[in-house]
Amino acid sequence: MANTQAMTTSFKVDLFNAVHAFNGTGVPAHTVSTADVFKAALFTAASTLNAATTSYTGAVTEVSGTGYTAGGVTVTFGTAPSSTGTTSFLTPSASITYSTVTLSTSFDAMLLYNDTNAGKKSVAVYTFSPQTVAAGTFTLTMPTNDATTGLLRIA
Amino acid sequence: MDESLLEKREGSLDNENETTNWVEYWLDGELVHRSVHVQLKQAVVSFGETASF
Repeated sequence: MANTQAMTTSFKVDLFNAVHAFNGTGVPAHTVSTADVFKAALFTAASTLNAATTSYTGAVTEVSGTGYTAGGVTVTFGTAPSSTGTTSFLTPSASITYSTVTLSTSFDAMLLYNDTNAGKKSVAVYTFSPQTVAAGTFTLTMPTNDATTGLLRIA
Repeated sequence: MDESLLEKREGSLDNENETTNWVEYWLDGELVHRSVHVQLKQAVVSFGETASF
């Protein structure tokens, strides 16, 4: 037998589920078996969201317009985090949809963040070609939930 | 509204990051409807590594 140095795959899945807390500072209370609420907010093309964006609260500039509620829409995670090989992954189980909105200012980014967390901490930033919507619907369709294309992956 | 007066325009974009389709309806040169559908291709990946002593 030989030992192999590695970050365990189960740990990568656990990260999605807030199983570990290496330092108690800033760790929010969680209700056992209750998932946090995550939201997706849209940001204008003039924004500078990136890996350094720590929260929704600190992110500027969110879109505004008819039919759009500040903070964005709730994201549905109906499928539990999983893993294949040594990669853990998680993908929303439904498309993210902003229905009957008018967003006249060009936007090109979506911020996924934890709305339950008091600090509205960020999860990820996704970018796409600049868009506007006029009395219509903006839909973000999710990729296949697997180790290759899952929306959030830890390899 | 007489829908026959509406002009429908469609477009798409396909690159390594996304596949995007949009549909627009114009009335007398004015945009009255625009919907967009984005399929993201590139997910966010983080690489977990361990260090040697």
